[in-house]
Amino acid sequence: MGKRDYSLFGADAKQAVESGLTAAEWYHSDLPRKTMKDLMARGDSPAIRDTLLLYGLMIAFAATGTALWPTWWSVPFWLAYGVLYGSASDSRWHECSHGTAFRTPWMNNAVYEIASFMIMRNSATWCWSHARHHSETYIVGRDPEIAVMRPPEMTKLMLNFFGIIDVIRFFPTLIQNALAGPTAAERTFVPQSEWAKVRRVAQVHLAIYAATLVLAVWAGSILPLMVIGLPRIYGAWHHVMTGLLQHGGLADNVIDHRLNSRTVLMNPVSRFIYWNMNYHVEHHMFPMVPYHALPRLHEAIKADLPAPNRSIAEAFREMWPALRRQLTYEDYFVKRDLPATAKPYREDFHQYVPGMTAPKAAE
Amino acid sequence: MPWTDACATGDIDAEDLIRFDHGGATYAIYHGADGKFYATAGLCTHENVHLCDGLVLDFMIECPKHNGQFDYRTGEAKRAPVCVNLKTFPVKVEGNRVLIEVP
Repeated sequence: MGKRDYSLFGADAKQAVESGLTAAEWYHSDLPRKTMKDLMARGDSPAIRDTLLLYGLMIAFAATGTALWPTWWSVPFWLAYGVLYGSASDSRWHECSHGTAFRTPWMNNAVYEIASFMIMRNSATWCWSHARHHSETYIVGRDPEIAVMRPPEMTKLMLNFFGIIDVIRFFPTLIQNALAGPTAAERTFVPQSEWAKVRRVAQVHLAIYAATLVLAVWAGSILPLMVIGLPRIYGAWHHVMTGLLQHGGLADNVIDHRLNSRTVLMNPVSRFIYWNMNYHVEHHMFPMVPYHALPRLHEAIKADLPAPNRSIAEAFREMWPALRRQLTYEDYFVKRDLPATAKPYREDFHQYVPGMTAPKAAE
Repeated sequence: MPWTDACATGDIDAEDLIRFDHGGATYAIYHGADGKFYATAGLCTHENVHLCDGLVLDFMIECPKHNGQFDYRTGEAKRAPVCVNLKTFPVKVEGNRVLIEVP
C-alpha cells in the first residue's frame, strides 16, 4: 500500500468503498444468545454510583484547589480535578454516546452533554463520527477517529498529552459550527437533519467559554479557567495515554477487531477513569454491552482473542516501537498470536483487495 | 398480502426477537413486553445490520452495531444514529403459531 490518504474525500476513502471494504461483515466471536442477552442487560445503578463518585470528587477537588489558590498546595488538587475533567469526561462521553451506561435515556443524555462539553466535542457531531468509527474502524479514509495515522506524527502525539492539538483544532471548529453548522468534512457523516442541532450546541458551548473568559478578565485571575477549559489541557494526559493504546501500532483496513484493537488489563483507578474501555476488542466486537459488563464479556470470549497486554506499561512497550518503525515503514503493524482455541483472523481484505499490502507480522 | 407461518409462539423468549427469512427478504419477529407478537423489517435502516442480534428493551429494539433504537410496535426511529423508520408488518397468532403478513 502506498502512502495513506486519511482525508474523508481522498483516494483511500474511494478505494475502500469500491473494494467492498466498507460494506464487509466484521468478525464476531460466537456467544450463545442467552449469554449475550445477560451481558447486554441494562441498569442504572452502576453508572449512578460512578457518576455520583465522579462529580463528587470533582467538586471536592475543585473546591479545595480554589480554597488553597494560589499557593502551591493547590497543585495536587488541580491535577486530580484535571484528570477527572479532561480524561474521565472522554470515557463518559464515549459510553453515553452508545447509550449503554444507563438504562434511563435522560440520564445517558445528561451525562453525555456534560462530558461532551468538558472534552470539547460537539455532542451533535461526535455521536455520528463515533458511529462511523464503529462501522469502519481504522479503515483509512473512512474512520474519522483514527488517533495514530501512518506515519505517526510523534510531535503532535506528544503535544496531545496536554491536549494542545485538540484544543487548537477545537476552537476554530466551534466558531465555524456556531456560525454555519457542520464543516464540509463533518457533513460527510452528520445527516442534514442534525445540522441545526450542531449549530445550537456550538453556540451554547461558545457562550459558556465566553462567560468564563469574561469572569477571568473581570476577576483578574485565571482561576475560573482552572475550573472550566484549562483542565482539558492539564488533565488530558490519561485519556490520551489510554486512547493511544486502543488501536495504536495495530492493523488498519481489516474487518476483524482482534487485529486492529487492543485490550489492556489496568489498575482500578485507570479503569474508573476509563470506564473499562481497556477491554477495547470486546467493546468494538459487541458495542451494546455496557461498560460494567465488559470484564464478564472478556472472560466469556478470551479463548477467541489474543492475550491482553497485562499493564499500561507493557502495552506501551509493544506499541511504541511499532509506531517508531512506522515512521520509516508505513505498512508495519503488530500482529499478535491467537490462542489455539481461537478462530483464525479475518484477513481477507488485506489479502485480496487490489492495492492493499499483505499483513506483515511483528518480529 | 398473504399470511405466512413464521414460527411457534414458544420459539421466542419473552422480550426477545428472532430472525425470519422469507421470499428473499429478512424480518424480525418480537415477543413484546406486553406478551404480544410484532414484526418489522429485519435490517436496521442505518447500515443494514441484522436486528436479531440486538437487545429488546421494553418496546424498543436496539441495533447491535451502533445502538440506534426503534419502537418495534410502530417502527419509529427513536435514537440516533437511526433516522429512518423501520417497516412494520401485521402479525396474528393462531393456536401456537405466529403468522405475519408479508409479500
